[in-house]
Amino acid sequence: MELLAFARGQALTFSVAVFVLGVLWRLVGVLALPAWRDFSPPREGSAPNWLSAIRAIFRKMIPHRTFLKEGMFTTVNGYVFHFGLGVVVFLFVPHILFLRSLFGVSWPGLPNGVITGVGALTAGSLLVALAYRLTSPVLKLISRPNDYLSWLLTFLPVATGLAATAHVGPRYETMLALHILSVCAFLIWFPFGKLMHAFLFVLSRGATGIRFGHRGAQL
Amino acid sequence: MTAKTTGSGVAFDAQGDRADAERRDAAMQAFVRDFARTAAIHMESCLRCGMCANACHFYVTTGDPKYTPINKLRPFEQAYHRHVGPFAPIYRLLGLKSNVSIAMLQEWESLIYDGCTLCGRCTLACPMGIDISELIKEARHGMYRAGLVPDRLELMDRTAKAWGSPASPAEDFADIIRETGEANGVPMNVDLPEADYVVTVAPAELTDHTKALSDVARILNKIGVKWTYSTAGFEASNIGYINGDLPLQEKMTRKIIDNAIAVGAHTLILPECGHAYGAARWEAARWYGKKLPLRIIHMTEFLAETVASGKIKLKKMGETTCFHDPCQLARRGGVTEAPRAVLKALGLDLKEFEDHGELAWCCGGGGGVVSNVRADPLRFKAFSIKRKQVEDAHTQHFVTACGQCRITLALGAKHDKWDQKVESLLEIVADHLED
Repeated sequence: MELLAFARGQALTFSVAVFVLGVLWRLVGVLALPAWRDFSPPREGSAPNWLSAIRAIFRKMIPHRTFLKEGMFTTVNGYVFHFGLGVVVFLFVPHILFLRSLFGVSWPGLPNGVITGVGALTAGSLLVALAYRLTSPVLKLISRPNDYLSWLLTFLPVATGLAATAHVGPRYETMLALHILSVCAFLIWFPFGKLMHAFLFVLSRGATGIRFGHRGAQL
Repeated sequence: MTAKTTGSGVAFDAQGDRADAERRDAAMQAFVRDFARTAAIHMESCLRCGMCANACHFYVTTGDPKYTPINKLRPFEQAYHRHVGPFAPIYRLLGLKSNVSIAMLQEWESLIYDGCTLCGRCTLACPMGIDISELIKEARHGMYRAGLVPDRLELMDRTAKAWGSPASPAEDFADIIRETGEANGVPMNVDLPEADYVVTVAPAELTDHTKALSDVARILNKIGVKWTYSTAGFEASNIGYINGDLPLQEKMTRKIIDNAIAVGAHTLILPECGHAYGAARWEAARWYGKKLPLRIIHMTEFLAETVASGKIKLKKMGETTCFHDPCQLARRGGVTEAPRAVLKALGLDLKEFEDHGELAWCCGGGGGVVSNVRADPLRFKAFSIKRKQVEDAHTQHFVTACGQCRITLALGAKHDKWDQKVESLLEIVADHLED
């Protein structure tokens, strides 16, 4: 129980603090850099910058058909584990109760059996993603420790969560504590590695959307 | 200048005899100094998904992972995280990001100059929307300052500084214009003190494609506007933009803009050249820090608006064609409809490639690659994509709107012993003017 209390208490508080401060630091760190002012006249009839940014954020959700020929696996598998993570994090009833205790709002969840199935699918999808990263010559070349650590710290909460709900491994309280600690590790690492793409995708796509929109070019 | 080889057998050129550490520091200072918000956002955002690989003609035709676009930025990614990024002080304190070594920069020289045409197809493939080709352009700023540029490109850089053009001395320009006019029977205007339109040229037009010089004149004479070529500002291709030599980029830009303003032009017409469009249409105002008092348009846009206005009528050809979209014009410039409108006005039935417009495959010679003889074998491999597209199209004509693309494609065809003519949109228009 001491471990569980620590995980729910000091560990979670600390990791959330690192998460919030780290995310803010990283966002401010890039946004505070000077921006080149573009004095070139925009293409006649081009959309305003804000609209070009929003269009790019949505446009980039689905690759061009020509890039799907070789990128179908990356795209589909990416969607599978992102949706899976979203479902198990936000639609598992104990998670909803936990979030309600923090934020005071709640919503309906999915049956535990469905969550377990989605969790297993998510874990499988993450394992396949890792296997691809370890075997693709391109991915092996461009991968960094950041990629493997980010993968591990995403996989561990899923694996420990599945183990806790299935009552596999140590007794439930211990497994739950390990699950929460794995989430803490995820939160602590989040601002420093590529997990940050959950925020950066808006800026990255938006910036290119503005550049291309100004020129009347298609993204 | 000396051609050398890295420990792993990769050829590189180095200019000057500076110490390695000095070169490295120069590269890093130039790279870091220019860093702005958008570039930083993009440096932070890579997922390492590899989607960019299959967008690159060099990766697709060689199968070598080193040509994965994001990999071409590796030294500069390291430099960004060590010197610029939000956690740079922590990385330095903990020794997590080492300083980029000169060996690494030497190793990457061929990836940044030979293995990238700045075509930007990878930008369209990236799910995060990272503008990789723009980052490689930034990386070239560092490489240039380090004196790690392919010798052939550095030679063009020095020639442009001395002559005002990498192709011909400025003092010969007026003679070339007059002689071309005489040879083709077209009255030419050069060095008029006042004009509404100033026409600029690309190096290929001073050597291989001189007919283009009189073709523009024929059209401008036909519509009866006041126009001129100018010795004081004739060269629109910008080798500084390609090499990463920012002072030269500014100098060459200012030459054509200052001259156009001095003669009172309301429109500066860029030649059939892709990167001239990038350097002038989108970046010229950067050097002035304000909006410019004139329009800058590509030849293709000029042709399209002239046809649309009814100022020229074209004879209908009634034949089929395919069209190669120059990357800097279409993908990175947003000019995809204009050439198609002109082809339609010519009565040419356009058979589109499967990937066209913003998704077009590069000719393989952009970003200075066609001039960098060291990259010839790589360029010829990339050409196989375009050859297949053209063969599959089964058309009577193969047209493009960039002289550098045209040269690249013609060289590729010659290398393959493939009897395929590459035509200029401008020249076809000039040849089909109604009386």
